[in-house]
Amino acid sequence: MAAEGQEPEVLFWVGCAGSFDERAQKITRAVCSILQHVGISYAVLGTEESCTGDPAKRAGNEFLFQMMAITNIEVLNAYNIKKIVTACPHCFNTLKNEYPNLGGNYDVIHHSQLLQQLIDEGKLKVTGGESFKGKKITFHDPCYLGRANGVYEAPRSVFEILDAELVEMKRCKTNGLCCGAGGAQMFKEPEKGNKDINIERVEEALELKPSVIAAACPFCMTMLRDGVKHFEKEAEVEVLDIAELAARANDL
Amino acid sequence: MIGQILFVLIAGAAIGLFSKNVKKIRRNIRLGKPLDRSDNPAERWKTMAMVALGQSKMTARPVAGFLHILIYLGFVIINLEVMEIVIDGVFGTHRIFSFLGGFYNVLIGSFEFLALGVLLACIIFLIRRNVLKLKRFSGIEMTEWPRSDANYILIAEILLMIAFLTMSAADYKLQGMGIGHYIKAGAFPVSSFIADTLPHNEAALVYTERFCWWFHIVGIFIFLNYIPYSKHFHILLAFPNTWYSNLKNKGEFNNMSSVTNEVKAMLDPSFTPPADAPAGKFGAKDVTDLNWVNLMNAYTCTECGRCTSSCPANITGKLLSPRKIMMDTRDRLEEVGRNIDTHGPDYSDGKALLGDYITNEELWACTTCNACTQACPVNIDPLAIIVELRRYLVMEESNAPASVNNMFSNVENNQAPWKYAPADRFNWAKND
Repeated sequence: MAAEGQEPEVLFWVGCAGSFDERAQKITRAVCSILQHVGISYAVLGTEESCTGDPAKRAGNEFLFQMMAITNIEVLNAYNIKKIVTACPHCFNTLKNEYPNLGGNYDVIHHSQLLQQLIDEGKLKVTGGESFKGKKITFHDPCYLGRANGVYEAPRSVFEILDAELVEMKRCKTNGLCCGAGGAQMFKEPEKGNKDINIERVEEALELKPSVIAAACPFCMTMLRDGVKHFEKEAEVEVLDIAELAARANDL
Repeated sequence: MIGQILFVLIAGAAIGLFSKNVKKIRRNIRLGKPLDRSDNPAERWKTMAMVALGQSKMTARPVAGFLHILIYLGFVIINLEVMEIVIDGVFGTHRIFSFLGGFYNVLIGSFEFLALGVLLACIIFLIRRNVLKLKRFSGIEMTEWPRSDANYILIAEILLMIAFLTMSAADYKLQGMGIGHYIKAGAFPVSSFIADTLPHNEAALVYTERFCWWFHIVGIFIFLNYIPYSKHFHILLAFPNTWYSNLKNKGEFNNMSSVTNEVKAMLDPSFTPPADAPAGKFGAKDVTDLNWVNLMNAYTCTECGRCTSSCPANITGKLLSPRKIMMDTRDRLEEVGRNIDTHGPDYSDGKALLGDYITNEELWACTTCNACTQACPVNIDPLAIIVELRRYLVMEESNAPASVNNMFSNVENNQAPWKYAPADRFNWAKND
């Protein structure tokens, strides 16, 4: 696109999980299908994209983080990127909050905010796809979307157009319980304890007997799915990203 | 006259000693690294008004929140009465504000209800801690001293309120008997109920009134001087602590400018860092490597445990407890302060916050989820300290768990935290 001298409306920042993790790749494709469905011109960096440096920063490796950040900013600025959407709250948080004072100033939104915007504008409806009407869905707030950036309602707007029954866990929104993956925990074994955090969380979700546990973060996705597997509930409960729900409801 | 002299002497000593100890705490806080948090004053005043003055985060737990607001209101408003008591004490007057008439009656009457509220709330708090043994008040960091500290505070407040109400009851009865300077002033909706239990004898009543008056005011002076040694210091620091709290998105971790200079120099050899660039170590090993807001946070903590009880690591049995991070920081800072007092400013005891107080296992259990910072009713940030200590572990000691080091090398070499070839990054678009 850049070669043709065009600039996209939005850059879709896919993220490492969205690029490499097989399960998260499905979320990536769902986001793309929605972007195409509503007719937004978008681009991805493809092989020019790198880790934002988030896991390094949370783990205390500021050098590595800034190396990644400064390199990424050079690429993004070279393409004259103005607006970024990402399907990962960790990429979202880092790009939005930590890149500006290193020279990377973009309008960064999480895909939940894009969905909410499309819903509000009437561009995204529910037509011709799977019906989630009346289905019990519970939503797990990602820490880096919710508490870290105060985004609680945007992901929930999806359940409204689905006409699904949103059942909230006791620990939701500001009191949401982490899935256990943040702060670089995703890449290490948990410290000694009496339970894994994702088990604690999925236990809470399963008490509500939902048919779907909705997520909005690829790391939460992994942790929640592992938890559901742990309780051998894969047959009854699906773990789906909000983008996948919206895409499926439109048969995309 | 002797009473007045004694009162002035006690008050002077109490206030003098208190200021000395507060100055010491201020000195200790200023051992921290500088940090500019004076931006956006309008937002800061608003935050302080909402969170500290308005107690907006306390009610996230309604029972404790309501009872705490009772005690808080009692403390703040009854201080008006303490003002009168101090003036009476200095000038040997009695109920100097009684000229306010009807308004005075309303004031005294409402103080009585507040005193009763404080009394009941403190009793319930004692029961919650010692009989119901709420889980929030236990944990590895809740050793004998923190537990006793909490009880001492509650008992002190109960005794002060009993003295206050008994004093008023005796005064009320003396007023009824029309004795001496006990002029008819004030309304006693609560203490009038206990007046009947007091003797119907002038000398005994005057003695009771005077004893309770002295017990109450001297008790306040003693309590004032207990506060700097106690978690109860939060009643003062809650205000500056919220004013100087982090206003940015909770997810934003600061970019270390010292690192930016090094990274820029590495990527561009012609880059020269600014002359005033901060040097020194990366991250924090001891309290003096933390910034002053981190240290003020530590002195502000009242050990309520809301952070720890919402921490996913702690809930699932890991060693990490955000409350312990704050208490360790304060205890170590106190130790450093004592060292300065006894051995001078350059003395090193060979100990450090990291290692001697906080272990690596605690630090690596954190998911950086911000549940602790959200839960804190006075905007304390344990996560900021955890991250600074992690930075030291990683950048100064290269002491991260092997799996985390693997992640680092993957990010560095493959531009992803997993070991995938960068060339495969776009494959998701192909295998649809």
